[in-house]
This record gives sequence, structure tokens and C-alpha cells, in this order.
Amino acid sequence: MAERTVPSTQEDRVPGRREETREHERYITPPVDIFETKDGLTVVADLPGVEQKGLDVRVADGILTLQGRTAHVAPGTPIDREYELLHFYRQFELPDEVDAEKIAAELKHGVLTLRLPKKEKAKPRKIEVSVR
Amino acid sequence: MPVWNAFSDMEAMRREMERRFSDAWPGHGRAPRVAFLPGRGARQYPLVNVSEDEQNVYVEALAPGVEPKSLDLSVMQGALTIKGEKPGLAQVSAEAYHRNERAAGRFVRTVELPLEVDAGRVSADYQNGLLLVTLPKAESARPRQVPITVR
Repeated sequence: MAERTVPSTQEDRVPGRREETREHERYITPPVDIFETKDGLTVVADLPGVEQKGLDVRVADGILTLQGRTAHVAPGTPIDREYELLHFYRQFELPDEVDAEKIAAELKHGVLTLRLPKKEKAKPRKIEVSVR
Repeated sequence: MPVWNAFSDMEAMRREMERRFSDAWPGHGRAPRVAFLPGRGARQYPLVNVSEDEQNVYVEALAPGVEPKSLDLSVMQGALTIKGEKPGLAQVSAEAYHRNERAAGRFVRTVELPLEVDAGRVSADYQNGLLLVTLPKAESARPRQVPITVR
């Protein structure tokens, strides 16, 4: 499961080199764990402050996009700030054997767990050998 | 006769370095907190934001995936201590991982409070991976309106 990344040379924002129609939005890349099980892949992402309605998980053209919007407002006036809650955004390229129709997502305590099952035909199949 | 003072030279150099570093991250005024990334274990966890209003001091900790039952808060001598555990993923062998970026384990962090609080009335709320601790200010630390007599 390779992550689709843009080469850093393209990301360099040299003024006047490229026209932009939208303001460059600031976002956080959430840390993720990805591991493989017998039935498929599991993606676990830390998305603190994101509620169910602010979460957007979609698959298009074999690319999984995670987007989380925080509606969280900190109380009072800040004294000391170590973090800022911005929107979360991350994309992954999915392998062909993932069945996009059957992806299941669960959000609990700010942690998103995605289960990406493999297509039936991609699962290993044991072939019985008969000995005569 | 001018006397060479090594300390004032060092101080000048430190200031110069600070100025250069703050220029490198315009708009922030200072270098990011984690300049030379240490191992995950060496970083402060959880990160906290401290804020206040007239009645309370709020400490908000960024702690996604922490087991709520493991959270343990205590206030002592003007400091708040947060203890807890973020459980790792059970039964995943090392070879099965494609990516492993989320840290897990037990943590403890002590945050010094900016003013005196009423330790008996502290409350905490864990929601969506954010821990919000509300610490009511002690009577002596609250702003007091001073009445002015006009004659």
C-alpha cells in the first residue's frame, strides 16, 4: 500500500510560478498504522477532535482519502499552546485486491479504524492435493 | 581599558542564533518545539493547551485512543499530573505492519498551573480523543472588581 506523494520539488511554492484559484488550506497529516491481516488491510488513524459528522472517508480511482474536520473550540483565552487543531487530510493508494465496496469504518475516542477486506479472488486458497 | 568578557560575547552569539532561527520560520516568532526530532518516547506526551477565563483554568490534552479507565489526574502544589495509557494494537506481528506511526504505551506528564486552583472542584471530560480538565480558580486568584467611591 504505497502512499501517493507529490515530489517535494513540485510542492515548493515559488511566488508567481503557479496560479492558484484557492487559498492553500492548512492541514495536519494524521499518524497512521497500517497492517495486513488474513482477510485484508487495517488502517488506524489518530484524528483527535473529529466527530462522526466531520469525518469524510472516500475511495475513488483506487485512492483512499481521509478527511477530518474539527468543529472543536477551545474554551477561554489561551495562555500556552502546544498544538493547533486543524483539519486532517491524508491519501493512500490502494492495492487492486481491496474490495472498495466492503470497507468498514469505526471512530472511537478520536481514533479511526478502517477495515479494507480483500476481494474473494485475492484471498489465498488452499488447494487440496489428493494422493492416489 | 576595555576588558574582554567571554560571557557577554556568548550572550550576543546566543541572541544572534535565536534571531536567525526565528527568521527561518516566519510568522511563528520561534522555532518549532520539536526541532531535532527525538524518538517518539522522548517527546512530551500528551501535548497540552492551557487557557483561562474568569472562573477557570483549562488544560486540554491531545490524547486520541487513550483508554478512559486508565486516566488518572491529580493536582498537587500548583501542578496537574496526567497519567494514562494508550493501548497498542493487540495481536499484530511486526511483519504485518506496512506503517507504524502511532505511538502507544503508558505516559505521565505534569503541567505547571499558572495560578492557584481549587483542587477540590477539578473536573475532567474525555471526548473525541481530547481530554479537557477544568480547574476552578481559587478565590484568591480570581479577578476582583475594586469599587470606586465617587465623591
